[in-house]
Amino acid sequence: MALLPAAEATSIGTPALNIGIFAAFVVITLVIVIRVASGKKTAEQYYTAAGAFNGRQNGIAIAGDYLSAASFLGIAGAIALQGYDGFLYSIGFLVAWLVALLLVAELMRNTGRFTMADVLSYRLKQRPVRIATATSVIAVSFFYLLAQMAGAGGLVSLLLGISGETAQNLVIAVVGGVMIAYVLIGGMKGTTWVQIIKALLLIAGTFVITVWVLGKYGFNPSALFQAAADNSPKAGEKLFEPGLKYGLTTTTKIDFISLSMALVLGTAGLPHVLQRFYTVPTSQQARKSVEWAIWLIGGFYLLTLVVGYGAAALVGPGAIAKAPGKANAAAPLLAYELGGSVLLGIISGIAFATILAVVAGLTITTSATFAHDLYKEVFKRGQSSQDAEVRVARIASVVIGIVAIVGGIFAKDQNIAFLVALAFAVAASANLPTILYSLFWKGFNTRGALFSIYGGLVSAIGLIVFSPVVSGKPVDAATGKSLSMLQNVDFHWFPLDNPGLVSIPLAFFLGWLGSVTSKEHNAQKYAEMEVRSLTGHGVGEAISH
Amino acid sequence: MSNDARTQHEDAYLALQSTEEFQALRKKFRGFVFPMTGFFLAWYFLYVLLSIFAPGFMGQRVAGTITVGLLFGLGQFVTTFAITIIYARWANRELDPMAEQLGARLDGAKEN
Repeated sequence: MALLPAAEATSIGTPALNIGIFAAFVVITLVIVIRVASGKKTAEQYYTAAGAFNGRQNGIAIAGDYLSAASFLGIAGAIALQGYDGFLYSIGFLVAWLVALLLVAELMRNTGRFTMADVLSYRLKQRPVRIATATSVIAVSFFYLLAQMAGAGGLVSLLLGISGETAQNLVIAVVGGVMIAYVLIGGMKGTTWVQIIKALLLIAGTFVITVWVLGKYGFNPSALFQAAADNSPKAGEKLFEPGLKYGLTTTTKIDFISLSMALVLGTAGLPHVLQRFYTVPTSQQARKSVEWAIWLIGGFYLLTLVVGYGAAALVGPGAIAKAPGKANAAAPLLAYELGGSVLLGIISGIAFATILAVVAGLTITTSATFAHDLYKEVFKRGQSSQDAEVRVARIASVVIGIVAIVGGIFAKDQNIAFLVALAFAVAASANLPTILYSLFWKGFNTRGALFSIYGGLVSAIGLIVFSPVVSGKPVDAATGKSLSMLQNVDFHWFPLDNPGLVSIPLAFFLGWLGSVTSKEHNAQKYAEMEVRSLTGHGVGEAISH
Repeated sequence: MSNDARTQHEDAYLALQSTEEFQALRKKFRGFVFPMTGFFLAWYFLYVLLSIFAPGFMGQRVAGTITVGLLFGLGQFVTTFAITIIYARWANRELDPMAEQLGARLDGAKEN
C-alpha cells in the first residue's frame, strides 16, 4: 500500500493538486454564475430564480443540495466500518423523499411563493405564524450549516495537509467567502447552477470509483463483500449482518428507531429542500423535480454501498480509523488507493464543492426567511419595496455567511453526522407536522401551529441538551476523551442521542391539541388554499408578476 | 400575487370547493397518497425493526455473502423507485386533467 504511516502523514496525496482542482472548480463556477445570473434582481429572482428552472434541472439541483458532505463522506465511511448498519442508515435518507413526492412538493409549489412560511401562514394569522416558522427555519438551517462547515474543517486537515489551527480557520473563511460571493452575485439562479454542476461531478466521480472497484472483483458484488470482510479483522463477516453499530444495547436499538423517524420525516421539513420547489413554475414540474431527485439520490446511495465496501476491502478499517478524518476519510482514501493523487484531487475538489453548494443553498433560504418573513411581513407589515427587501436579503446573506464561518471555526471538532441528525430531528418535529396539518387538515388553526412549531422546536432541542451527545458519555480509553460535546460534566437524563421518537409525536399531538382548543377557522381562506393547492390555480399568475 | 384578483376570487374558491367535481378530485388525490404513504412507512419501519430486533433472521445468507437483510434493503430501493414511477404516471394521467379543468373554471369566473 502506498500510504504513508498515519503517524507521519498529516494528509494524503498532493495538497497542491487538491487545492488546484478545487480552485479550478471555484473559478469555473464563478464564471458561470456571473454569466448566467449576475445583475440586479427582484425578490422573486433572488429567492427562487423566479421559477425559471425545469423539473429535470431542479431535480439535479435537489440532489446537489441533498447529497451533502455528511452523506457522501459519512455514509461511505459508515459502510466501510460498520457494513450493513451504514447501509441501513442511508436508506432512511432515500425513502424520506416519498413524503416529499406524495404529500408535500406539489401542494407547496401551488400555495407558496417565496418561503416555507408562505404556506404555513396562508390561512392562519400572519404575524405569529411567520415569526414561529422563521424561528424554526433559522434553527434547522443553523444546525445544518454548522454541520457543513464542521465538515469543511475536517476535510481541510485531511486533504490539504493543513493542520495548524490558524491555517484551517483561514480555509474555512475562504470557503465561506466564496459561498457569499456565489449567493450575492447569482442569487438562487446562480446557486442552483452551482448545485447542478456539483451534483453531476459528484455522481460521475462516484460512478467511476464504483466501476473501478467492481472491476477489481470481476463485477461480482458478493466477491467484493467477501474481500471487505477478509480485510476487516475485527468485524469480519459481521459486516453483512445488522448490529455492528446500532445493535449493541437496547438503548442503541431504540436510538436507531428514533433516528430513522427523524430521517424519514425530516427531509420534507428541511427549509432549503422546500425552497427548491419554488424554483420551478408548476406543480407538474415540482413532481418531475422529485422524480429526478429520487432516481439520482437512490442511484447515488447504491454506488455508495460499493464505495463503502470497496474502502473496507482495499484500504482497510485500520487505515481508515487512523486517518485524520476517521470514517469521513474512507472515500478519499479509496480514491487515492485506486487512482493516486489525481483521483484523490478530483474527489477532494468535489467534496469541497459539495460543501460550498449546500452552504449556498442554506444561505439563500435563510436570507429569504429574514428578508421576506421577518423584515417585510412582520417588521414592515407587508409594506416594503422590492428593492428594500432584496437589500435586506443580501445583507442577511452576508451575515449568515459570517455566522457560518465563525460557527464552522468553533464546530470543526464536532461530529458531522450528529449535527445533521439534529437538523433532521428539529425539522421533523418543528416543521413537518405544521406543513402536513396546514395542507391536509381543515380544523388546523393558529394556536395549533404555534403549539406544534414551538413545542416541536423546544422539545427537540431541549432533549438534545439533556442527552448523552451533550454530556455524560463514557470516556474512550484510547483518546482519554468522552464522546460527548462537553467533557467532565454529566447532566444528561434523556437516554437517547436522537430526540425524534419523543419530539415528533409530541409535536403532532400539540398541533392537534392547540387546534381543537381554539375556535378560529377561516372557511374562505381554507377554501382558497385547498382549491389552489390541488388545482394549481394562481401559480402562473404569481410567477408572471 | 395581486390582492385584488384574490378578493374577486374568494367567493369563486368557496363555490368551487363545494362542487362535486372538486370533491371528487380531492377524494381521488387523498385516496391515492394516504394509503401509499401508509404502505411505504410501514414497509420502511418493518425493515428497520427487523434489522434491529431480528438480526439473526436478517443476517441469514441467501447466497455467498448476500444476506436477507441486504435483499430487504435493496427492496426498499426497488419500492421507492416503483412508487415514484407509479405515482408520477397516475398523477400525469388521472390527476392533472381534472385539476386543469377545475383551474380553468376559476379563470372563467374571473373574466365574467
